[in-house]
Amino acid sequence: MISGVRRVGVYSLSVLAATGRACILLIQMLGSIPSSVRRYELFVEQLFRVGVLTLPIIIVAALFVGMVLALQGYNTLVDFGAESSLGLLVALSLTRELGPVLAGLLFAGRAGAALTAEIGLMKATEQLAGMEMMAVDPVRRVLLPRFLAGMISVPILAALFTAVGILGGYLLGVNVLGVDQGVYWSVMQEGVDFQQDVLNGLIKSLVFGALISLLAVFMGYDARPTPAGVGTATTLTVVLSSLLVLAMDFSLTSMMF
Amino acid sequence: MKRQFIEITVGLFVVTGLVALLFLSFRVSNLNSDSVSDPYQVNARFDNIGSLKVRAPVTMAGVRIGRVNEIRLDSSSYQAQVIMDISGDYNKLPIDSSASINTQGLLGEQFVSLEPGGQQKYLKEGDRIRLTQSAVVLENLIGQLLFSNSTEGTKK
Repeated sequence: MISGVRRVGVYSLSVLAATGRACILLIQMLGSIPSSVRRYELFVEQLFRVGVLTLPIIIVAALFVGMVLALQGYNTLVDFGAESSLGLLVALSLTRELGPVLAGLLFAGRAGAALTAEIGLMKATEQLAGMEMMAVDPVRRVLLPRFLAGMISVPILAALFTAVGILGGYLLGVNVLGVDQGVYWSVMQEGVDFQQDVLNGLIKSLVFGALISLLAVFMGYDARPTPAGVGTATTLTVVLSSLLVLAMDFSLTSMMF
Repeated sequence: MKRQFIEITVGLFVVTGLVALLFLSFRVSNLNSDSVSDPYQVNARFDNIGSLKVRAPVTMAGVRIGRVNEIRLDSSSYQAQVIMDISGDYNKLPIDSSASINTQGLLGEQFVSLEPGGQQKYLKEGDRIRLTQSAVVLENLIGQLLFSNSTEGTKK
């Protein structure tokens, strides 16, 4: 009985300590931004690996999500004779919720896991320790470019996701289901507000980007330097960042709208 | 060569992201058509505005000429005061124009519709539209219909 309670306590304390270490790492990284501006090519390379290589999955997923939204929305709206609002339905769901959230989830699976595995393996093979021996700060050299690249990538990917999704909805709604193309756009423009919807979606995706990247980088840096440790850390990155994205989305939505 | 490729694709990535954002701003949301150009404000008082909302369109003859900027209760007359931004392009609206609150379709959004009057003087910044007609509240209308039907029934 007591030992069960104690185990809960130990677990809570370890979660708390990990959160604290993550915050310290974040502060360290932010603090080393000014001195690493000159090595911006490291950042560009990470932007390529984290952002550009995630592009295909984002575009394909967005196309299908937009088309499914149009199909599903059309079936519901047509019962009320409101199929002309299809454009608004697709655009609002994508800009407010689906764009940032799904881009974040896909990013966590595609890039977050890779970041954790890479950094964890660097730690397990003592490359990070080697860098420290050579007076190279691994936080500045390895972690910071990856974190920044992830944070910048997610808003770009989310904007692309939303745009491609709306085009996917257009493709199906106008060409297959027969919604008038002018109505599709005009209803959308009438109902979607730039500040309220587009800008808030962008803020959301920036928050998700920072969250996922910090988690991925931290999990790798904090992993136990064994094969099993790296595996656990990679799993944790995907699971935790997915859960956190969904939970953050709920709280952000309830604050914004 | 590899380095160049990376830099070019990253550049393209960022540019497509910006293009997507522009698309969202101008094609999807109403950033371009939203701002009323060079507006002047007029206000009107209504007994009941129904479910009129801020940013609802202001139209004349069905053409949108402005937006509702602010709605508040006038605490002395207990009427709703609606402040509208009218586009500067339409600065020759007669001063005796009347405003009414209509509904798009049977259950759609409500908007302010202006009917031109006949005077040669024109509305300008800060003027008040005196002739107003309240929103038609559908529930009241149904109530009246039922009531008139029942009184007719007793007459016969």
